[in-house]
Amino acid sequence: MIKVKINGQEQSWDGDPDLPLLWFLRDEAGLTGTKYGCGQALCGACTVIVDKQAVRACITSVNDVAGREVTTIEGLHPTGDHPVQKAWRQVNVPQCGFCQAGQIMQAAALLMDNPKPSHDQIRESMSGNICRCGCYQRIENAVHLASTGV
Amino acid sequence: MNFIDNPGKLHSFEKRGFEKNIKVEKVSRRSILKGLGITGGFVLAAPVMSRQALAYETGAGKMPHGVVVDPRVFVSVGPDGIVTIVGHRSEMGTGVRTSLPLIVAEEMEADWSRVKVQQAHGDEVKFGNQDTDGSRSTRHYLIPMRQIGASARTMLEQAAAKRWGVPATEVKAVNHEVVHSASGRKLGFGELAADAAKESVPSIEGLKLKDPKNFRYLGKGQVGIVDLHDITTGKAHYGADVRLPGMKYAVIARPPVTGGKLVSFDPDAALKVPGVEKVLKVQGWPWPSKFQPLGGVAVIARNTGAAIKGRDALKLVWDDGPNGKYDSVAYRKELEEASRKPGLVLRKEGDADAALKGADKVIVGEYYVPHLAHVSMETPVAVADVKGDKAEIWAPVQSPGGTREDVAKTLGIPEGNVTVNVTLLGGGFGRKSKCDFALEAALLSKELGAPVKVQWTREDDIHNGFLHTVSVERIEAGLDKSGKVVAWRHRSVAPSIASTFAAGTVHQAPFEIGMGLVDMPFEIANISCENPEAAAFTRIGWFRSVSNIPRAFAVQSMVGEIAQATGRDQKETLLALIGSPRIVKPEVKDLWNYGEPQESYPIDTARLRKAVELVAEKGEWGRKVPKGHGLGIAVHRSFVSYIATIVEVAVDDKGKLTVPRVDTAIDCGTYVNPERIASQIEGAAIMGLSLAKYGEITFKDGKVQQKNFDDFQVVRMDESPVVTNVYIVPPGPDTPPSGVGEPGVPPFAPALINAIFAATGKRIRSLPIGKQLEA
Ligand code: FES
Ligand code: FES
Repeated sequence: MIKVKINGQEQSWDGDPDLPLLWFLRDEAGLTGTKYGCGQALCGACTVIVDKQAVRACITSVNDVAGREVTTIEGLHPTGDHPVQKAWRQVNVPQCGFCQAGQIMQAAALLMDNPKPSHDQIRESMSGNICRCGCYQRIENAVHLASTGV
Repeated sequence: MNFIDNPGKLHSFEKRGFEKNIKVEKVSRRSILKGLGITGGFVLAAPVMSRQALAYETGAGKMPHGVVVDPRVFVSVGPDGIVTIVGHRSEMGTGVRTSLPLIVAEEMEADWSRVKVQQAHGDEVKFGNQDTDGSRSTRHYLIPMRQIGASARTMLEQAAAKRWGVPATEVKAVNHEVVHSASGRKLGFGELAADAAKESVPSIEGLKLKDPKNFRYLGKGQVGIVDLHDITTGKAHYGADVRLPGMKYAVIARPPVTGGKLVSFDPDAALKVPGVEKVLKVQGWPWPSKFQPLGGVAVIARNTGAAIKGRDALKLVWDDGPNGKYDSVAYRKELEEASRKPGLVLRKEGDADAALKGADKVIVGEYYVPHLAHVSMETPVAVADVKGDKAEIWAPVQSPGGTREDVAKTLGIPEGNVTVNVTLLGGGFGRKSKCDFALEAALLSKELGAPVKVQWTREDDIHNGFLHTVSVERIEAGLDKSGKVVAWRHRSVAPSIASTFAAGTVHQAPFEIGMGLVDMPFEIANISCENPEAAAFTRIGWFRSVSNIPRAFAVQSMVGEIAQATGRDQKETLLALIGSPRIVKPEVKDLWNYGEPQESYPIDTARLRKAVELVAEKGEWGRKVPKGHGLGIAVHRSFVSYIATIVEVAVDDKGKLTVPRVDTAIDCGTYVNPERIASQIEGAAIMGLSLAKYGEITFKDGKVQQKNFDDFQVVRMDESPVVTNVYIVPPGPDTPPSGVGEPGVPPFAPALINAIFAATGKRIRSLPIGKQLEA
């Protein structure tokens, strides 16, 4: 039995320990905010935060996060008012929105690590997250806004 | 008033459609099915609107099931004053789920903060056509949605006038209430709801639409999309997010070659994977399979991860079928050779052959654009629950009406027994106009007797998609001594989308040749547009802006080549080719105009010129750029809009390319939400850069050679344009609305390629750019 804390709640899993965290979150725990985009750590749609670090849930097994704290988009802020979320709304970032949970989690992790990232630092640390709709300009502006106070 | 729950009196608009069967033209992506004789050739179509009420007509009435203008179908007002407006198109990122209801709210004087949007399920008899494709939602629905809003407003006003015993002409709806200014009385929409529902629906002819100068929302761009909060908090509900009690998770192993068949399979190892419950054969349809499933083997599990692992363990033997030798390198040669010989002549003006022979100089460009995959962020996915002769589907589909028809046909049940719930779409780009994934879910649910989610992996999406065609566009331009272009021959060779529906298709359909080939707007005396034959060896489908991608790439690159050959400025060369402001009327059989009447949507070179001039002015054409940088320009009319783009590129000494700035001007006529127009154009620049830089699906032995975002790359943030500026051409008072979702894509690649030439002196004629600049 694997125990893991997700958004502050203890969860347990007695199935395949190698099950990717992504599918555990989505299909077993019902937390569908975290998305599948590639399954190979190529797109960032599945980004969650594990102990303050952005990780790709599609290549992280449930076993890998045993005893650790996982934060998903649903748990980022109780009312959805994390500075990154607020900035995203202010800048009207999303088009289809499917990549945005991953983008927001990546941006939140970036700002924990580097509260005032430069233009180049934003572009570099967000470049693992694909947005097929092409919202990059606004994502960059929103990260910048979140870092300067919304 | 609750219009929605008041189905008793069927309004005349729907009925009128029954009286007036209109033959379907090949105007919609679905009606191609009908045009090719797969289903009956007649559909119900409501008249779009009355002539008196309108300054223009659109092709909306010719879409399957036409348009329904009935407030009782689209609007309800609760006693609490909450106005619910139905969004009947699919939201895939364009903002349509906000924009169309916003139009209704504008006309009915509803306060947007008290409006809820409710997604329509697939029911085209009730809602009218729901195909969200072809960049036509605003184009077809601006006026109908205004009429719906105006009807609802009139009913509320009539109810208030009756309550007060005053003439209806003395009352007026203003911001969610009706006021009688003479007496200072006011009643909220909620207080009037019950009475208003009893009012008869006013005739369209008598409706008074608002004066646009009193618009609060339309054209302002200050309203965020309705799903904004949900998207940023992970609550937005996509097809992939549907969960039903007892639902099983399935992934399917499909034939690696389109048209291939399963010979045998061994499920044993798959069944040993923890969480895997069953392995089932899935029915496939013979090539060309239309939108039907390809067949294969499904692994059913308690979660998607187990299903994927189970599928990896399957042992499968396939017969590759008729397309098993498809090889994109060899096929490219065939296309090139075909382009060098005469083909079916589609447009002929003057004598291009003679003029080319007599020309002082002939410039030849052979341009290649390979197959492309949509790779919408959300891969195809659908949930189905089939019980007996009833089916319920939840899916991110661009064509809920088409999905309903196809599910009914596939399961052999009446269409009325099928409910299609439309979720948000995590991107569509044309891929989700095909409902094959929903059909797979329906077939599996029927067999299992339980709800099933079919999840496509990214590899499935790339291997088994409906790809953008592959094409060679060969243009020969003949110049006289003064450098004036006197002859133009354009041969387009590409397998047609129609090949997915009809075996033996070798020529492109009118809707494909009308995308930048025969509608070419240049003022040239001798023109020949030809279409040599090309067969298809994989499924070809609509990809955002479709054939406009290779056409704009070829035509606008050729403009750059002419400028280069004559030593003239690109923009001046472009304007000289466009020529005088006029309406272009190419003599072409079945001239495709995006389904729109020529009278409302002519090919207007004044507007084309205006787009070029606006982008040149705002984008500072001719500005000095640093060494290694270059500017390129391109313009293209598509989806009856006019779009011009300037790209600034920087190429370093290792051939690495970056894009410091993009400027785009769009003339899309009367517009609803400029903020979303900007986001579509920003995104189109990135999709254009992706396809120019990396986009290529190749085949060997009939199989797609790419599999995921590592070998089918798209642009990421670190290489995306630093800034994309968008300028909207102000519309005239009666300019009809035109497309926005797709037309931003076509001019990007040629503007980039022209910029690369300016920066490096290298002319790229084959996409993607790949390593060509490194040599
Ligand atoms: S789904 Fe995990 S990175 Fe793409
Ligand atoms: S908003 Fe659609 S993929 Fe990013």
